[in-house]
Amino acid sequence: MERVPLERKILSENDRIAAELRARFQEHGILCLNLISSPGSGKTSLLERTLGNLPRHDRLAVLTGDIQTENDANRLKRFHFPVKQITTGGTCHLDARMIERHLADWKLEDLDLLLIENVGNLVCPASYDLGEAAKVVVLSVTEGEDKPLKYPSIFFKSDLLVLNKIDLLPYVPFDINAAAENARKVHPGMDIVKVSCLTGNGLHEWMMWLGQRRRAQKLLVQETVS
Amino acid sequence: MHEMGIAYSVLAAVRTEAKRHPGQAPRKIGVRIGELAALDPEALRFCFEAITRDTDMEALQLEIEICPFRYRCLDCGHQFIVQDYQCQCPQCGSLKTDCIGGQELELTYLEVEEYGASTAGAKNTQ
Repeated sequence: MERVPLERKILSENDRIAAELRARFQEHGILCLNLISSPGSGKTSLLERTLGNLPRHDRLAVLTGDIQTENDANRLKRFHFPVKQITTGGTCHLDARMIERHLADWKLEDLDLLLIENVGNLVCPASYDLGEAAKVVVLSVTEGEDKPLKYPSIFFKSDLLVLNKIDLLPYVPFDINAAAENARKVHPGMDIVKVSCLTGNGLHEWMMWLGQRRRAQKLLVQETVS
Repeated sequence: MHEMGIAYSVLAAVRTEAKRHPGQAPRKIGVRIGELAALDPEALRFCFEAITRDTDMEALQLEIEICPFRYRCLDCGHQFIVQDYQCQCPQCGSLKTDCIGGQELELTYLEVEEYGASTAGAKNTQ
């Protein structure tokens, strides 16, 4: 019996495509964010609010993933930005190849921001790099405040936690401070914003975070070029 | 539940590597899975068996090494296993620490054997 050392990542093919995508995004100064949450936490609502808050001429596009239906893309198309649905047909996460394929007929030079809404799932999307600059995890107050402890991988890998549906706080036994504490236990220093996509409360904090990230991405490009 | 996809990726890697070893049969593939990799080792084993059964890879064994959630202190260099998400250095108390393990999803080795060298692979060589 002969033992051949391999020492490479199982998802090396996904990681290779993701690295290519990341390089292309950087070259074009595009900030790419990967939004991840359980089903029903409000990723699409957050995107609706985001698109509604940005000027019509803004250079952004959205890819939205689901197992079935074009419903999310239809919800987002009314904001007149380029939107494409990725229907996985059963796969519980997006992978880098799906992103590559769905970007094929978009001109990257026309974009500054690419928002990717992953399939609703807190487990599997954590394993698949999509070439994003950052992962953003959304948790709503109708879920358990211990979710960061139950699904540590995604909270560990995300730069920002969006605590959504805060308008419901008076009606649900959700300890928002405990949720934030749990998230920071798994990921010390994690950014957290508290929003309600229904009332708009707290959304300016999210928009500020997004704006800062976009400016940082631009600076990164300028440094690379100069 | 993406263990099936991971199992297919492992098998694809085995087939690619096996081509470099003509006349030899893949017998065992080693994988390393971090505690925080969001992957269930038993589900992976189940999927792997399901996709290799009744194929030329039936005799291929999967060996899984679980890697703990580990940090390294950036001040004193101490490496430690993280329990209950306590990321503070237990040696010097520093909060400046860096994650060095627990996210692994890696192939570590492939064991190959001359065709006909063991009875385990007899079925495959027919």
